[in-house]
Amino acid sequence: MVKTKRMRGLFTLPYISWSLIFIVVPLLMIFWYGFTDKSGTFTMDNITAMADPVHAKALWLSVLLSLASSVICLLLAYPLSMILAARGEKGRSVIVMLFILPMWMNTLLRTMAWQTILEKTGILNTILQALHLQPLQIINTPYAIILGMVYNFLPFMILPIYNVLVKIDPSVINAARDLGANAFQTFLRIILPLSVPGIMSGITMVFIPALTTFVISQLLGGSKILLIGNVIEQEFTQAYDWHLGSGLSIILMIFIILNMIMEEIFDKNGEDLAI
Amino acid sequence: MTKELIHLQNISKSFDGQLILDDLDLTIHENEFVTLLGPSGCGKTTTLRIIGGFETPDKGKVIFDGQDITHLAPNKRNLNTVFQKYALFTHMSIAENIAFGLRIRKKPQSYINDKIKYALKLVGLSGFEDRTPDSLSGGQQQRIAIARAIVNEPRVLLLDEPLGALDLKLRQDMQYELIRLKNELGITFIYVTHDQEEALTMSDTVVVMNQGYIQQIGSPEKIYNEPENAFVADFIGDSNIVDGIMLEDRLVEIFGVKFPCVDTGFGRNKPVDVVIRPEDVILTENSSDELQGEVTHIIFKGVHYEMEVTARGYEWLVQSTKMYPVGTKVGISVDPFNIQIMNKPASEDEEAAPIDG
Ligand SMILES: Nc1ncnc2c1ncn2[C@@H]1O[C@H](COP(=O)(O)OP(=O)(O)O)[C@@H](O)[C@H]1O
Ligand SMILES: [Mg+2]
Repeated sequence: MVKTKRMRGLFTLPYISWSLIFIVVPLLMIFWYGFTDKSGTFTMDNITAMADPVHAKALWLSVLLSLASSVICLLLAYPLSMILAARGEKGRSVIVMLFILPMWMNTLLRTMAWQTILEKTGILNTILQALHLQPLQIINTPYAIILGMVYNFLPFMILPIYNVLVKIDPSVINAARDLGANAFQTFLRIILPLSVPGIMSGITMVFIPALTTFVISQLLGGSKILLIGNVIEQEFTQAYDWHLGSGLSIILMIFIILNMIMEEIFDKNGEDLAI
Repeated sequence: MTKELIHLQNISKSFDGQLILDDLDLTIHENEFVTLLGPSGCGKTTTLRIIGGFETPDKGKVIFDGQDITHLAPNKRNLNTVFQKYALFTHMSIAENIAFGLRIRKKPQSYINDKIKYALKLVGLSGFEDRTPDSLSGGQQQRIAIARAIVNEPRVLLLDEPLGALDLKLRQDMQYELIRLKNELGITFIYVTHDQEEALTMSDTVVVMNQGYIQQIGSPEKIYNEPENAFVADFIGDSNIVDGIMLEDRLVEIFGVKFPCVDTGFGRNKPVDVVIRPEDVILTENSSDELQGEVTHIIFKGVHYEMEVTARGYEWLVQSTKMYPVGTKVGISVDPFNIQIMNKPASEDEEAAPIDG
């Protein structure tokens, strides 16, 4: 007994040291920087800096765009997942691969691809011109950022929804039909409530990376549109004010945690309501 | 019999080019307890799904109360199904599960409440309204599935191996419950099982199926006592099926020994299949003119002993209250009316040929 326990402890050693080096230490450093000023004395200034109009506006815009992206992702992903789930075993894995494959490519690269498509003289406008249509001014607008977010994070919405949908026993759907429900009633009363957990984790998995991104907004939003991610990034890499950057990060972290707790509560409520 | 309610007219169905139901023709009467009985994969569920509207036959028609419903959607049919895996709605309470069909039909809340109470009482689960399906045992879930179906007052209840997942004791209790339920409701039951004992216990009519063909239709007594072919004889209960030669009317030769029987009309010196139930084999010691064998195996079964007697290379299955130890030399005899003679199938194909009910 003692021996196996010690063995088990030995096996967890790499994981524990990994966590220490790459999770705990950076986190402690952020808290250290966040609550001190340049002279190393304790201060709340870095935290309260979020109330600064520039920062607050960036956070507000981030929330807005992330929310919009989450909703668009949901609207696209749900029917897509239903189509995927409705296909039998055959061909399913191929399609799932098609959606996962882009996830293996660097976000930066993929977003740059969109940059060349949306540029003033980019691929999109070249095509539009060839068709004698009005060129579109999308790049450097919030719409381009939403597009980039949707494109990058759509798979994170599809997979959890797809996963709950395939797990729904076909005989449950047959039972609803058998009891008199038409296809639409079956969707509303059976399929949708049963897929709520997938929707919730999909929203979380899209909303959080969208909220913290700075790459997408930098490449597709130009320098004019500042999201909270860009503000923090600039504090670190341009202003070299690690104290302020850390302070803002802490606020963002708290924001995300609150958000997850709220979703958790909502998810529970949703289940209760359905009962 | 009472009025004809469902008629499956020459139904054929293939999956992936494989014929699953071949020209199946079956009539079901009002208020009848019909059981589709057959080995796994013989097409019972497919037949039920065609009646329920979840599959469309490639050929043939489904007539319900004089109307062709072959292409009618499941939600438009006046029948309900109890599915093999219960298929309860896990995101709803028991009360909401039962209310589902009534809510779809927009029944008033007071009516729904009464129906829930009535149905729960009927299946012996009063007070379970606020429980969730996950908190119920398999047997209880099955009862809820039945309650959920019957509140809609269907004219026919389809049940697909509803007791398959329950343990033996519960299964036997539920068999009586189902018979009681059917008598109380006064509706038609179409029941699917691969368990011959279940079929014999509960049904008015048993439909024995194999490989998409109906092998025999009849009352449980008829199916058991007068199987029409070797498949039915073999599938219903244990039996000894041996080669014989019908020497003349009322006389069959088995392993060179003449046995008097009651069957006539097979002609002279005709090869036949002979079916003898294990409980009908009579063993005697110190006999000489009977078929001679030796007890090779014995198990105590409670009510009787089950023995294997090897005679001329064939292992006879024998059930008797008298015990003969292994190694005992015995003579085998059978009362004439317990010998069932059947024509041999002309070919493998014919064995599965449809036989008129
Ligand atoms: N949807 C389907 N697709 C392909 N084959 C099927 C389908 N449904 C049933 N089958 C096949 O049809 C045969 C009969 O199935 P089924 O009616 O379920 O038999 P039973 O209920 O008597 O066990 C089986 O071989 C099964 O594999
Ligand atoms: Mg089946």
